[in-house]
Amino acid sequence: MPDVRIGVYVCHCGSNIADKVDCAGVAEFAGGLPKVTIARDYQYMCADPGQDLIRKDIKDHKLNRVVVASCSPRMHEPTFRKTLESAGLNAYFFEMANIREHVSWVTEGREQATEKAKALVAAAVARVFYHEPLYERFADMNKRTLVVGGGIAGIEAALKIAASGNQVVIVEKEPSIGGNMAKLDKTFPTLDCSACILTPKMVAAAQDENITLYTYAEVEKVEGYVGNFQVTIRKKARSVDMDKCTGCGICYNKCPAKVPNEFDEGLGMRKAIYVPFPQAVPNKPVIDRQNCTYFQKGKCGVCSKVCPTGAVDYAQEDQLVTEDFGAIIVSTGFETLDPTLGPQWGYGRYDNVITALQFERLVNASGPTQGKVVLKDGTVPKRVAVLHCVGSRDLNFREYCSRFCCMSSLKLAHLAKEKTGGEVYSFYIDMRAFGKGYEEFYNRVMEEGIHFIRGKGTEVIQRAGELFVRTEDTLLGKYREVPVDLVVLNVATVPRADAEKVAQTFGIQRSPDGFFLEAHVKLEPLKTATDGVFIAGGCQGPKDIPDSVSQGAGAAAEALSLIEAGKVKISPVVASVDEARCGGCKACLALCPYGAVDFDDEKKVAVVNEAVCKGCGTCAASCASGAMGVRHFTDEQILAQIGEVLAV
Amino acid sequence: MNYAYMPGCSSHSSSRDYEMSALAVLKALGVQLEEIKDWNCCGSTPVSSVAPVTSMALSARNLALAEEAGYREVVVTCSSCYSMLKRAETYYRNDPAAREMMAGALKTMGRQFEGMVTVKHILELMVYHLGPERLAAAVTKPLKDVKIVPYYGCLLGRPQKAFDDPETPTSMDEALRITGAEVLRFDRKSKCCGGSVMLTKQKAVLRLVEEILWEAADRGADVIAVACPLCQLNLDAYQTRVNAEFGTSYRIPVLYFTQVLGIAMGLDKKHLALGKTFVPAGRVVNI
Amino acid sequence: MKNGDFEPRIVGILCNWCSYAGADLAGISRIKYPANIRIIRVMCSGRVEPTFVLKAFAEGADGVLVSGCHPGDCHYGEGNYKAYARKVLIEKLLHQFGIEKERFKLTWVSANEGERFAQIVSEMVSEIKEIGPYRPPRERMRELQPGAGTPPAPGWLAEEELETAVAGGAVAGE
Repeated sequence: MPDVRIGVYVCHCGSNIADKVDCAGVAEFAGGLPKVTIARDYQYMCADPGQDLIRKDIKDHKLNRVVVASCSPRMHEPTFRKTLESAGLNAYFFEMANIREHVSWVTEGREQATEKAKALVAAAVARVFYHEPLYERFADMNKRTLVVGGGIAGIEAALKIAASGNQVVIVEKEPSIGGNMAKLDKTFPTLDCSACILTPKMVAAAQDENITLYTYAEVEKVEGYVGNFQVTIRKKARSVDMDKCTGCGICYNKCPAKVPNEFDEGLGMRKAIYVPFPQAVPNKPVIDRQNCTYFQKGKCGVCSKVCPTGAVDYAQEDQLVTEDFGAIIVSTGFETLDPTLGPQWGYGRYDNVITALQFERLVNASGPTQGKVVLKDGTVPKRVAVLHCVGSRDLNFREYCSRFCCMSSLKLAHLAKEKTGGEVYSFYIDMRAFGKGYEEFYNRVMEEGIHFIRGKGTEVIQRAGELFVRTEDTLLGKYREVPVDLVVLNVATVPRADAEKVAQTFGIQRSPDGFFLEAHVKLEPLKTATDGVFIAGGCQGPKDIPDSVSQGAGAAAEALSLIEAGKVKISPVVASVDEARCGGCKACLALCPYGAVDFDDEKKVAVVNEAVCKGCGTCAASCASGAMGVRHFTDEQILAQIGEVLAV
Repeated sequence: MNYAYMPGCSSHSSSRDYEMSALAVLKALGVQLEEIKDWNCCGSTPVSSVAPVTSMALSARNLALAEEAGYREVVVTCSSCYSMLKRAETYYRNDPAAREMMAGALKTMGRQFEGMVTVKHILELMVYHLGPERLAAAVTKPLKDVKIVPYYGCLLGRPQKAFDDPETPTSMDEALRITGAEVLRFDRKSKCCGGSVMLTKQKAVLRLVEEILWEAADRGADVIAVACPLCQLNLDAYQTRVNAEFGTSYRIPVLYFTQVLGIAMGLDKKHLALGKTFVPAGRVVNI
Repeated sequence: MKNGDFEPRIVGILCNWCSYAGADLAGISRIKYPANIRIIRVMCSGRVEPTFVLKAFAEGADGVLVSGCHPGDCHYGEGNYKAYARKVLIEKLLHQFGIEKERFKLTWVSANEGERFAQIVSEMVSEIKEIGPYRPPRERMRELQPGAGTPPAPGWLAEEELETAVAGGAVAGE
């Protein structure tokens, strides 16, 4: 090793440090430490003159290590690393002593603060002695993006990326894209029709030459890392040849098997061969094999006989395809809480208790009743109750607020009033009208003569054929039972049932509520723990349409910023194996949260995939033979630091 | 099989019929309940609302007595006793502060509790431990053309989920179905009967009782089966008052589920104490 | 040294993403806490080897604080669970070395818990002041030599364990 020459710089940070720490004293102390060639104190090290000072000393005094004692490395470590680089020194020959956040700002006495600062500087000097040059590396970035989930967030993301000229694949589990938004009738606060604004986007996605749609498909496996993901997709057997089918619809008109329609939330019926809704994209049917007479009993075959192009293909099988992507956007959306979990709400017990989504299908012109709001017996309800917070803000079910249901409840109340002309009651805990134009919409609905009752609709009972909603009216301070004909439950928004599986597939973490976890709650809402995997829309938490769209567009920007850079920077702070010492016990393989450690079966040693490793060091801490290490956080460096931090 | 038995105050007074029928049925099933010697009040609702510490200590003493006598399980018939004892057991196991408090209180009485005793409601014992097969084997005179609604009351599943769902419990449904009776759907099976405010807020209680009676009558029930002394008293003794207040004419016998089981098992009617209800058991008894 | 004058020296090993940031926040919020702690940064609490803790004691630390993200919040998913699992091992090791278990702490401090961090440090400092300075078993053994009077009863340390600790050299530094 060539002679180690360390320069130490103690920053005053104006008076931020100098008030509590005798900076000149610390510098003098540092000057006496082994291998320290020069030690100075200066007003502002991060300012240009401060950095120039370092550069000049590197040149004049042939420094090959630098320690700056100033603020937190989380603040200015990148700044000083650049300084070193610009002076021709490797950026990793640098160490910082945090004498502001950890010393001057938290310590009462000047003497104690100075002593602590000296200790931290001594430790930094001891550590930097063992630093090694490290080099950031780059991997090529595949320019294709995978969007998982074709709801409004996913569609938006795909359209934005496609518009930049890059390739996108949308994988959608259902036979059509559109997601939850496709089920809605109107959208708040403008009351424009949901299909009218959604379907043009769905069609645009289908027609865009840069977008490939895989509907009725699911992601099975994700391998690789940012820039180079290998994704295995299962294209479920549709039983219909997409190339031959013209979407004429004769098959589902003739199909004899009827099944409750999921898209209509079980209110209407569909056939076993079906398109989920009239505006479906692609508008080509799929056979639901569980309910198809041919698949269950081996006879029927009507659809095949009537198809003019011979597109029905009973022999079709699931197809597995593996494709490469550079970035992944997960926008798998949400579900609603199963209302039978709360028998007190009467759902499933009483005929005329329905969910908000069922009500959306009722008022929708293409729904099971062609837009008429009717009770089970076909009559028009005279009194409709809309219950907010069903299962939301409820410690027995979901603690969180589902965020958009106040507004959607207002919309439903408005639609109920418009369609039935009857009395409409809205049972709410608090009215949360937070968005643009939302409070105005609330005022508008109030003026329409909806009865607002501030009290959670806690129980729905039936007596002598009549439904009653029980509540404590907190404005009147009275317990009330309100007789109604139809109850609409605006149930909580919940993570999809397969959220755990999806999270594992893509390496996403989940927050305690079960939704996908963003990298930072405020500043990184779209990134995840896995580089190159982004989240958008309702899978991250309850979201209305504007927020989902914004997130979709935002996730596209995240993906594009990777794609356009063309290369992925890989931090050199990663694990490395000393093959001579590795005993091949494989303990590290199981511990790595990213699967970054592989095993070389020939050499019988662990191998680190540096592109996947994030440098946490869990593997190194568990290595029995000391073969596994983390660059820039080596045992040598940390032990040296611990050794000196108590020296003063 | 022997279990420690905590009768509670009502079993020796207003709900003597519950105790008698329960003991008779269990005896026929080969199970012996042995009363805890020197048991005391469970610390029920009135105490727990004003002196929670005392209340829990009272329950803990009963558990300690059972433990000292070498039992591992305490069986309870009364829902309120069940709720109180179960609470003490749960807190003792899971809450260090409460455990310390209970241990302190027991120490002043020269006793201690190791947390080795589990509290079981008789419904839980019959349906989940003895099991439906064993009950079914004991049925000799299946009930015919009898419609029953099971009424669980509020305490069995609350506050914590113990052995059945708080909102839609099913254990009694299962026990009654074995008797051959038609067990009807009953939406108000776990609604409050007003038991704890019976003496202070009578008007409110009458409304609650009326609603339960209404659904039972509406569904055409011949009998309401209950598992709690207070529920039985409330639903049975107040029917005349309800009728006077609301202009109704309810007359539905309210029996303990153990009595119903006893009838189907062909046990001696005098051991089932069937004559103690305000609304006579009538047809069910005479089949 | 009387406990009253004793200023313990504590080594804090903090994860970069939560606890180190939490300590930074204590500074940014100007929350004062005792200067007895000296902080070292690692990327994840999962990186902390038992050796680090033993090394700190070997260098004369009176206490060691390891702190990571709250369960479920780990930047790397579950490094903090690994640290938690290792805690048991470390405590056992410390016991065998005759080091009081109160001298080692594993805590969770998030990036927005500056106040909590300051509080943890304050509490730990006063706890260790109670126990007194860390004295290596070898030093304590000297008091067991003939003529040194009645040996103090090391309640927390079984005799044979004390012997093992001494025979094996007081510490396992590197």
